[in-house]
Amino acid sequence: MLTYIIRRLLLVPLLLFGVTVLIFGMLQFLDPVERASLYVRGDPKANQIDAAITKYCLDCPIHIQYLNWMVGRVDSNTGEREGGILFGNFGWSKTGSQPVADLIARRFPNTLDLTIWAVGPVILVGIWLGVQAAVHHNGLIDQAARVFSIVGTSFPSFVFGLLMLMFFYANLGWFPPGRLTDEFSRVVGSDEFYRYTSLLTFDALLNGRFDIFFDALRHMFLPILTLSYISWATFLRVTRSSMLETLRMEYVTTARAKGLTEKDVIFKHAQPNAMLPVVTLAGFQVVGLLGGVIITETVFDYPGIGSAAAQASAQLDVITVLGFALFNGLILIVANLVVDVLYAFVDPRVRLS
Amino acid sequence: MTQTPSGNNELLDATISMRKIGRMEHFLGPENYRIMQGLLKTPASIAGLILISFFILIAFAAPLLAPPVNPKDPYKIPRDGFKSQPREIGSEWTKNAPDVPFWYEAVTGNKEWVHLFGTAQGQYDIYYGVIWGTRTAFKAGLIVVVSTVLIGVIVGSVSAYYGGLIDNIIMRIVDVLLVLPGLMATLILAAVLTPIIGRSTLPVMISLIAFGWLGYARIIRGDILSVKERDYVLAARVIGNKDSRILFRHIIPNAVFPTLVLASLAIGDVVLSFAALSFLGIGVDVGYADWGQVLAFARNWMTSLDTYWFIIVFPGVALVLYVMGFNLVGDALRDVLDPRMRGKS
Repeated sequence: MLTYIIRRLLLVPLLLFGVTVLIFGMLQFLDPVERASLYVRGDPKANQIDAAITKYCLDCPIHIQYLNWMVGRVDSNTGEREGGILFGNFGWSKTGSQPVADLIARRFPNTLDLTIWAVGPVILVGIWLGVQAAVHHNGLIDQAARVFSIVGTSFPSFVFGLLMLMFFYANLGWFPPGRLTDEFSRVVGSDEFYRYTSLLTFDALLNGRFDIFFDALRHMFLPILTLSYISWATFLRVTRSSMLETLRMEYVTTARAKGLTEKDVIFKHAQPNAMLPVVTLAGFQVVGLLGGVIITETVFDYPGIGSAAAQASAQLDVITVLGFALFNGLILIVANLVVDVLYAFVDPRVRLS
Repeated sequence: MTQTPSGNNELLDATISMRKIGRMEHFLGPENYRIMQGLLKTPASIAGLILISFFILIAFAAPLLAPPVNPKDPYKIPRDGFKSQPREIGSEWTKNAPDVPFWYEAVTGNKEWVHLFGTAQGQYDIYYGVIWGTRTAFKAGLIVVVSTVLIGVIVGSVSAYYGGLIDNIIMRIVDVLLVLPGLMATLILAAVLTPIIGRSTLPVMISLIAFGWLGYARIIRGDILSVKERDYVLAARVIGNKDSRILFRHIIPNAVFPTLVLASLAIGDVVLSFAALSFLGIGVDVGYADWGQVLAFARNWMTSLDTYWFIIVFPGVALVLYVMGFNLVGDALRDVLDPRMRGKS
């Protein structure tokens, strides 16, 4: 177990180095003037550009630039550190008119909020559907599940999302896009609404504003529905086939033969073993949600990090996009590590191999 | 296929030799013949093949179905004026109408062009966008799939064949490139490339290729690692073949067939990613005939989608059916290729 974790941990610095090199490599497509935004706060004025290039060594050899980019550079006059992704300075976002790190910090709580509320419907319901399909093999649920998994994988999330908006927003007016209704946004922005966690739904509860809480959930309903619908197809398929395989095993027959009820056979004996591949999938799904769901957030105008990255790249604001990519990469590396280690706890075969 | 009792090789050989082998089977070899039969006998995959053929037909007939206004640049959707308000299905085409093709009057009963599927914001004709979007879909899908598979096969097989340090380095590079989720990676590379090579289908296609070969490289590597140990490879080396010859003439042809077939069906997924990116406003210019681009027109009219449903329904249905065609065949194929299914009819 320990060797497995150590081996897995050793991979982390390598991946971190790789991802930073990848992002840094993409930055080299920009000309030095644009790269000045990595260090300078605000838009550099025309007469400062040459000065910035010399000051931040933007035409130096590549390894020096990489080092500068990683640790930044301390200004000798003010003593402030400029740039340096290790210190959380991801550069200046032109389209957001603020440091990229601030933009991320403002958007990420929304994505986290969405993830927390989406995990239940996305994963638990998906698994439940898959188990039902396998238990009633070739039955009505199974057939429906099969059709659903084909249709589900072919129906792109943005088409599905737009159709949902057409029905539930344009026709019925039930679930609007965005984050909050205008009047509540003003309340949340004012001083009397205290941001304890910066997760909107939890803050609303802590402030005792149930109206805001429900309004936030109402705005998250369609994104969660779309996310569930995309992942159900996958969960269904994986859970169903894994469950079918387990149900054919001899120990399940033994359990039946010794007279256990069908409920016990399925939920106590078969399901825990059938869940192994599903656990990995669920892990990656949560990680994927945390990284920001680009398309779903964009369709529903949800202010998370996915939609921010999409907006920035549509406006060709490369520094901002790469900042988001870097953040995304860091989250994924750490989260994947956690998933892998947890998985080793669940499945002894992994840590022994 | 005939029933063969498992575990009894003599009987198995006898049944196979007694069965009549057709010319087609002789030509394709038994394994590939079984795959083809599996595809032609599953209802789902037949439906998929019909859908794919239907779209191939539309793509070929695009100039007849929707004659381009400017033949030099047929992928630009013609505009009927510049008003922002979308217009209903069947509204008259006032400015800049294309030539009326021969089938038009017989099918629609109209002498003049109308907007068959309505217009989107900026008076882009949706019908034209959907028809020519089919060509964009095939173009992007084919180019991306062929390039990714080619790169994946070469890198994966080199990595597996030489093993050791080279293998380690290549696979770690693949690991790093796979850290970012596919769409995010494609998105950032496209955003970096667009200012350099300009808005067209190229930035997105290059990005899809750049991050698309990784999966294939991994799969091929695994396949080759198992083929590499076979006796005939050893024999080829013993008689003094060069590495490159052994790799390209003996190993790859025996390892890649299943991957190639599966990859050809990845066209559906590629088109989906392509459409998703152009929906986000990345890559092609506004008004380029691409389904995702047409769908993006709906983004400014979310509150009135009940009136302007046609902006999402027509390109949406085209995209869904196209992808579904490839997925249906792909699903049937995966069942046929599943090793656990081998030897069963």
